Amino acid sequence: MKREGRRDRQSTAARAFVRGELTRRELLAGAAGAVGGALLAGVPVPASAAQVHGADLPPVPADPTKVQGAPTSAVGARSRFVTPARTPTGEVTGNSLTPLQDLTGTITPADLHFERHHAGVPLIDPTRHALTIHGLVRRPLRLSVEEIRRFPQVTRIHFVECAGNGRQAYRDPKPDMTPQHVAGLTAQSEWTGVPLKVLFAEAGVKPGATWFLAEGGDACVMARSIPVSKAMDDALVVWAQNGEPLRPEQGFPLRLLLPGWEGNANVKWLRRLELGTEPWMTRWETSKYTDPLPNGTARQFSFVLDAKSIITFPAFPNVLTRGWWPVTGIAWSGRGRVTRVEVSVDAGRSWHDAQLQGPALPKAHVRFTHHWRWDGAETVLLSRTTDETGYVQPTRAALVGMRGIGTDFHFNQMSGWHVTRDGRVLFHGDT
Amino acid sequence: MRLTLIALGGAALAACSGNNPSANALEPGTYGLGRAPTAAEVAEVDIDAAPNGHGLPSGSGTAAQGAALFRTQCAGCHGDKGQGMAPVFPALIGRDTASEGFRFASDPKLVKTIGNYWPYATTIFDYVRRAMPHTAPGSLTNDQVYALTAYLLAANQVIPDGATLDSARLVRVQMPYHDRFVPDDRRGGPTVR
Repeated sequence: MKREGRRDRQSTAARAFVRGELTRRELLAGAAGAVGGALLAGVPVPASAAQVHGADLPPVPADPTKVQGAPTSAVGARSRFVTPARTPTGEVTGNSLTPLQDLTGTITPADLHFERHHAGVPLIDPTRHALTIHGLVRRPLRLSVEEIRRFPQVTRIHFVECAGNGRQAYRDPKPDMTPQHVAGLTAQSEWTGVPLKVLFAEAGVKPGATWFLAEGGDACVMARSIPVSKAMDDALVVWAQNGEPLRPEQGFPLRLLLPGWEGNANVKWLRRLELGTEPWMTRWETSKYTDPLPNGTARQFSFVLDAKSIITFPAFPNVLTRGWWPVTGIAWSGRGRVTRVEVSVDAGRSWHDAQLQGPALPKAHVRFTHHWRWDGAETVLLSRTTDETGYVQPTRAALVGMRGIGTDFHFNQMSGWHVTRDGRVLFHGDT
Repeated sequence: MRLTLIALGGAALAACSGNNPSANALEPGTYGLGRAPTAAEVAEVDIDAAPNGHGLPSGSGTAAQGAALFRTQCAGCHGDKGQGMAPVFPALIGRDTASEGFRFASDPKLVKTIGNYWPYATTIFDYVRRAMPHTAPGSLTNDQVYALTAYLLAANQVIPDGATLDSARLVRVQMPYHDRFVPDDRRGGPTVR
């Protein structure tokens, strides 16, 4: 037990070392000091190397050029020095967060894609799974997974974000929150599937149909009402993610993908689509996923995710030394392309256009970087993004003023990181 | 092109996706994949119930029957008074004055219940039938779901304690805060809403 605890600490420190956050001296001193204490208190301790890679680990050679390496393997595993982890709660109703601080680029490894389930992850045999399309259609259809894969297919890169992402950072920001805690309910994948309009054409959707019910095959038979116009725009029924079949946590064997719309509406384990003329008013579009407002109303069917960004490095619990650092993170908008990300390194007094890495795809995470030389002074790092509609990510104060501190979903407020004079980096949510 | 597609509906869609070989007698734009589900196959999965009564089955139940069911099937997670067990099992019942008036945006501590928040009574039936009880989802009969719906509405002071519910009565139940729900008015652009 004691040994395992030490391994956890060592692997955490090793992980930080690989990312260049700790000096070798700090690593050798162990992670029990101030930095290590913060690490252990503020972030979930990742699975130890032994848990991730099995107990029979060969020793690390002093010089890897003097011994033969490992043979080939059926399925690759991460380096034992790299142990990113989600934050499982152990409940079937709940979530686990993507470790945004451990990612680069914009594609989330499928096994680190955040989870939000309402009745656990169902175990579905794809050969027995079917998608039924019925209601206001001329030809009700029952399609097997294999049949769905025979339609013309497309591949698209899109983010998925839970409507509740950022709630804690909105209501009660704390200095020891990591990017994972602040905004880990978003992830991005390359998705492959069939445009929903192709399936609707196959079923012969009747002209009067304006809404459809999308229903999953999990233990709560999760269901959402979606406007048919979204199907005719860019909705997909996907079966693959990052080059392989969907992960069970992401809806294997089929999920609805509604680019730019709140995660809950992207129904996983999709089993049924019913066409109709009005919304069904399921629990997930009435009791949940509605936005109470200060004027005593609640916004309903607030599907679109407004523009948002977060700096993922530097972030708590990193410790900086003076010199050049990349200030990097991700930005996205459910309304189209990100056109601009600005970074402030002086608490918002001045702003710099960050470099957008690679193409800014519509309704997709884009990575931004601003190179910055820390001079040892206390400061706050901030990011804000603008999308192609001209929408600028608001401050927390602006959003609280508009929606109230108790509103329940769609938290796209600006956030940042407070850098102390001794180089510690703490979450700054009070923008 | 997109506007045209929406305006013309199915016909334009068919033309758009119509590069499939159509030697067989398919409707243009279709691929001949899948088959018509049988009535039994549809019935097995078609479990939704909507505010206009669509999908509500025959059957009925009383609030008293529902109270007994609640004790055996629901109270273990939701509490004997329906007060819930945070964070996993939500509160169902409660009309305390502090939480009345739909002030949820101003105070995150206010607890939402069926009575002080939910806009449609049919949602209770739809959800209980598809998802409850936690230990045996989808195991309740339609009569039992009507009874539990009646109990939850009565305990939330929406219908009388002695009420019986069936499909005709359920669609007529008006929830206290039904009119507070409004469409999304966010449209992008420079205005934050």
